[in-house]
Amino acid sequence: MPLYLNDDQKMLHDSAVEFMKGEAPVSHMREFRDKQCKDGFSHALWKQFAEMGFTGILIGEDEGGLGLGHVEAGVVLEEIGRNLTPSPFLTTAVAGVEALNAGGKALRDKYFPGILSGDTVLALAIDEGAKHRPDQIGMAATREGNGFKLDGKKQFVVQGGSADMVLVAARTSGKAGDEKGLTLFAVDTGAKGVSRDNARLVDSAMAAHMQFDGVLVDADAVVGEVDDGDAVLRRLLNAGRSGAAAETLGVGSGAMDITVDYIKGRSQFGSLIGSFQALQHRISHLYSEIEVARACVLKAQQLLDEGSASADMMVSVAKAKAGKATALSVKEGVQMHGGVGMTDEYDIGLYMKRDRALQEFMGDVNYHTNLVAEMQGY
Amino acid sequence: MSDLETFRAETAAWLEANCPPEMRQPMTSEDDAVWGGRNATFKPGQKEWLDIMAAKGWTVPDWPTEYGGGGLSRAEAKVLGQEMARLRCRSPLSSFGIWMLGPALLHFGTEAQKKYFLPQIARGEIRWCQGYSEPGSGSDLASLQTSAIDQGDHYLVNGQKIWTSYADQADWIFCLTRTDKNEKHKGITFLLFDMASEGVSTKPIKLISGASPFCETFFDDVKVPKTYGEDVSAIVYEENKGWDVAKYLLGHERSMISGQGGSAGSSLGEKFADKIGRDEMGRLDDPILRAKLADLDMELLAFRAMAERFGDTFKAGLCHPAQPNMMKYVGTELNKSRYELIMSSGGSAVLEWESDASNGGLTARDWLRTKANSIEGGTSEVMLNVISKQILRLPGA
Repeated sequence: MPLYLNDDQKMLHDSAVEFMKGEAPVSHMREFRDKQCKDGFSHALWKQFAEMGFTGILIGEDEGGLGLGHVEAGVVLEEIGRNLTPSPFLTTAVAGVEALNAGGKALRDKYFPGILSGDTVLALAIDEGAKHRPDQIGMAATREGNGFKLDGKKQFVVQGGSADMVLVAARTSGKAGDEKGLTLFAVDTGAKGVSRDNARLVDSAMAAHMQFDGVLVDADAVVGEVDDGDAVLRRLLNAGRSGAAAETLGVGSGAMDITVDYIKGRSQFGSLIGSFQALQHRISHLYSEIEVARACVLKAQQLLDEGSASADMMVSVAKAKAGKATALSVKEGVQMHGGVGMTDEYDIGLYMKRDRALQEFMGDVNYHTNLVAEMQGY
Repeated sequence: MSDLETFRAETAAWLEANCPPEMRQPMTSEDDAVWGGRNATFKPGQKEWLDIMAAKGWTVPDWPTEYGGGGLSRAEAKVLGQEMARLRCRSPLSSFGIWMLGPALLHFGTEAQKKYFLPQIARGEIRWCQGYSEPGSGSDLASLQTSAIDQGDHYLVNGQKIWTSYADQADWIFCLTRTDKNEKHKGITFLLFDMASEGVSTKPIKLISGASPFCETFFDDVKVPKTYGEDVSAIVYEENKGWDVAKYLLGHERSMISGQGGSAGSSLGEKFADKIGRDEMGRLDDPILRAKLADLDMELLAFRAMAERFGDTFKAGLCHPAQPNMMKYVGTELNKSRYELIMSSGGSAVLEWESDASNGGLTARDWLRTKANSIEGGTSEVMLNVISKQILRLPGA
């Protein structure tokens, strides 16, 4: 498979570009931020995502979706990133759906129709500390009657406040650090004992601290295997990480584009500042970094779609490289904008804020670079 | 099985049956590469491998068969490359003719030039060198002064080139010459001539690595006939249009040099783990060096994806024409970083310059060699200028 978009993917790309620019550009994000929206995104827009077919990209055709792959999900995510579009797409239609695809039919029948219609929102309850450490999950799930009882806390549950269901990774055996013993649960947020403390993040997205106090779920709520949730968790993480990498790439690429435009229009010392070699070399270096990141993201998605054994490695490379390139993009972007880069009026600062949140989502550059070393055996 | 998978299976079987065992060993030094030419010397297996591959057209798999190529489609050529890598078959022929002149002739050459020169290149019979840089014309290449004066049936060439790779071993040169002093870019002509011509001399330049791959090349009243045989022109494209050919060819050169970062094999951290030492968890016991190696290994994998994407989009005509400059910039800077970490990881052992244990200081010499990567074929700074101007369209660049 050549490492570029095929004709169908290109068409999807074109419609995603048009849709996001038309319906949810940066001004849309500002509007929802400024009105202090409690969910942080537009439910009407989420309905439009569904009408466009976006929410069903990873859902099989026999279940009403488009039956497409991670490459296609990434095409949409890159445009989400480029426009800073607030939406539950990544948690719901990408990572959430991918986990449910590995689960039983009953769960898919329960949640897929609402996702396909743009009514249902999912969130991911993985992190327990300030840094992403899925191998250190300690939250307990103990057997109780026909099901399980969940006790513990999760944080950085993006869209947790508005979610109808959260996918919760918890321990059914073993202790933090053990490879085995994890189980993934689909927990309805209306269940007794679930409490949510919603917080607005730096990028104006909403994320919840969640507490589970003796929350009872029945055995049907298990996604994948009991005590062996590692496989389904890996699918969820790979989908979420490669998706986050694609969104990050969109942020970095968008920030670069507006910076290039800015330095082509701003004059000082009687010249356009974009004619100064001091800026040209830095932004051309940035262009190169973004191009490399784009290749990694697409490669990771293709490998995931092929079911390749090398996908894990490339997903970490993609998350790390997209993170590095985009951090550079927003940093250079603000600097090259000068004083106005510090103002709320200009968009570049918003890209910096979104990048910061995406960096932490499902593992930052350091985390994934370390994983590369571990996977390579050192 | 798809046609391509059938081709893959057949190719693998053919390579297994025909590649000499010596040619499936990793290359350990520069003279493991086969450059061909009139004065070629061969180690065991090299000649046999070159001849059998050339007979199949697979020294240049995607060139047309009538010019000595394999006539493979892009997809088939990619499969051949993948299978050769998988079976660890060495490249049968290293050649500036294949990498640089050939693509220029395929694009700009006359039918007579293609028929005459390309098969010789494919078979490795003529070793070419590139006459581009001059002492006063490095990054500003188009200011070159080597003159070619029209004398009716021939040109009289005078001047000096520098950094001519392997000029002392080359049979022919493709050379940028000035045919109009009143123009800059539009006064350059791309000439082909024999290095054995009277008035051509070369002088190797000793580098910090101790090696001398580059030469100064002098032309003193060299007579270059306008045609070879009946109708093979010595000029590629047209008089005073050599800069178009040069630009096209620099694209190929840049993408070739950029490949060095991507050709890096396995994980650096894993390779040096035993030299550096491991802690009780099996991690490198120098945490700062480990972090740097991990970052570099991540970047190498990232660049490998970039090289694959570049190759695919380049061949499909989908990449920006200036994209080779980006590849050259990233690939060469990465290769330099890679060698800095190889030196750090090797510690005092790789300081040895003349010892058996260090294979004659191979690592240290290679490390120094990489410093030229971001200078030759256009400096990193020039690459960034080109990106600024041609891709980002920045003002005044």
